[in-house]
Amino acid sequence: MSTVPALAVEDLSVEFRTRSGIVKVLEHVGFSVDKGETVALVGESGSGKSVTAFAVMGILDAAGKVTSGRAMFGGADLLALGERDLAEQRGRELSMIFQNPRTALNPIRRVGLQIADVLVRHGGATRNDAPQAAIEMLKKVRIPDPERRAEAYPFELSGGMCQRIMIAIALACRPALLIADEPTTGLDVTTQAVIMDLIGELAGEAGMATIFITHDLALAAEYCDRIVVMHAGHIVEAAPGRDLFTHPRHPYSAKLLAATPGETVSLENMASIPGGLPDLRRSDLPACRYSDRCERRLGQCAQPLPQRTVGERRVVACWNPL
Amino acid sequence: MSTVPPGPLLDVAELAKRFTVGAKQGLLARATSFRKPVAPLPQLHAVDEVSFTIGRGETVGLVGESGCGKSTLVRLINRLLDPTSGSIRLGGTELADFKARDFAANPHRARIQMVFQDAGDSLNPRYTAADAIADPVRRLKKTSGAELTARVEALADMTGLPRELLSRFPHQLSGGQKARVGIARAIAVEPELLILDEPTAALDVSVQVVILQLLQQLKRELGMSYLFVSHDLNVVRLLCDRVLVMYLGKVVEQGPAAEVFADPRHPYTRALISAIPQAVPEQRAGRLRLDGEPRSPIDPDPRVCRFYGRCPKGTPRCAEEMPLLHPAGAARQVACHFA
Repeated sequence: MSTVPALAVEDLSVEFRTRSGIVKVLEHVGFSVDKGETVALVGESGSGKSVTAFAVMGILDAAGKVTSGRAMFGGADLLALGERDLAEQRGRELSMIFQNPRTALNPIRRVGLQIADVLVRHGGATRNDAPQAAIEMLKKVRIPDPERRAEAYPFELSGGMCQRIMIAIALACRPALLIADEPTTGLDVTTQAVIMDLIGELAGEAGMATIFITHDLALAAEYCDRIVVMHAGHIVEAAPGRDLFTHPRHPYSAKLLAATPGETVSLENMASIPGGLPDLRRSDLPACRYSDRCERRLGQCAQPLPQRTVGERRVVACWNPL
Repeated sequence: MSTVPPGPLLDVAELAKRFTVGAKQGLLARATSFRKPVAPLPQLHAVDEVSFTIGRGETVGLVGESGCGKSTLVRLINRLLDPTSGSIRLGGTELADFKARDFAANPHRARIQMVFQDAGDSLNPRYTAADAIADPVRRLKKTSGAELTARVEALADMTGLPRELLSRFPHQLSGGQKARVGIARAIAVEPELLILDEPTAALDVSVQVVILQLLQQLKRELGMSYLFVSHDLNVVRLLCDRVLVMYLGKVVEQGPAAEVFADPRHPYTRALISAIPQAVPEQRAGRLRLDGEPRSPIDPDPRVCRFYGRCPKGTPRCAEEMPLLHPAGAARQVACHFA
């Protein structure tokens, strides 16, 4: 394709230094998100979904270090930008919705002002007109009675409301890229559906690219154009949501699907994934980090992994795909 | 077994819990106590005249959004809270008459046990897995010494917890292992009713399957009844025979799980089921999204349907006459004028 994707992550590797050794958290991670496209990152806890997002946003923990790779966004490599340039991009062009809205919001500042702060810092608003613009944002995320709610502190609002405030902050300056890290975990399904519709609508209106991090495969398949499956810091498969569901190619994707409760499965037919994530501090990690848990392992699985393109817009990293 | 009395295991009738809100507490209350309050204090209706039964060996799911009174109902049934009114009969014994503060030492305590939401938070960090499992056996079954050790090991085997992990502390266990300890502790005193409060919410799907399968197997082996509280409807569908749908303190629909999921009658149940993520969108019957916030549970108007205002149907009648739970089909009940 000739169009330039909104974000292209290439060969990203991240290490964490800990007291018990170096943890290779991400290895050669590469994926891209087009304008107006929503891409899901899925996998078990510890697979590196959030670290990928944090690395792109430049907010990795101090112990984390990017050892290789690029994240091309708007013609520049985000990983090479200085803190000052990155701070200009964050909030304006790059936005993030964090996992737990209650802890991500400032507990002692009225929510209207928290939205206004972003507009003043990045949106070119003045202190005088920002509060009104903040109320407009609250209307946009469909908060009833926005004038009154703007005066509220986070503890006075429900979880779903706080999440809408987070979304209002993230979308205030019409970013080109939104990263949503489990934005609906802990919310009721009814609220989850409303929030997901809202993100989808706003993304559609502005042609915003979205990375959606979740461990709920069904949710990812319903709302995202493509799904990227991660396991122990590797991308094992990337495919359009529907194709992944109907016909997973990587053994790990298949296992993940078999463990996901759905409408048509019974408990007896569901199967867990044997084993656990490998210890990423090991120096002798196998080329395929799933091979120890894999039932389809072959002799050649010890050799460096191929990234096979199978079908349209589909990549699988496996010697013996389904 | 001839000793088993007939009828359902648990029979909850017109159970209600109201909390007084806005009351002055502590020093302030004492300073003004000589003055009689002018108006009655506002009451939060957390659980409002709820009636249902759980049969022996049955798994009943309790679903509804946060704040609908699920947790309060659970705390009433396992007698951590005193009800305002109503009855809780467990196999013929009236439990509502016991005071919650004395119930820990009551012989009936062993008959209802609970598995808590986050196994990591509900285990004592200074207790090893063995201590955690042994504690209820020691207190309620007065077992000690070699007999107690044997019982703990048997429970570990039953729940698939490797014996060598028994000497570990919670922080040395994985999420799935902690969940097993939580389950072993709850079934240690051979309860008749096990209440499970989102037992797998904190687990990855791959671990969730194993724990759900374990629960299913234990139920079959031990003949317990389950009250399964969850807002993951896909999990409820997997495990439950019957479901109760709660909205703002009221049961709005109940019936066999398969029927309720296939043909929800109450508009709230419909919205709930249509919000379950669907991997293949064509399977979705029709989207139904709820706008607005729930009504206030504080001093609600007894004539107005609790769902009025958010309900896509909402007619003037709904604001004048509270719909009561009425039969709809063989084993189903719905509280809506239009179902």
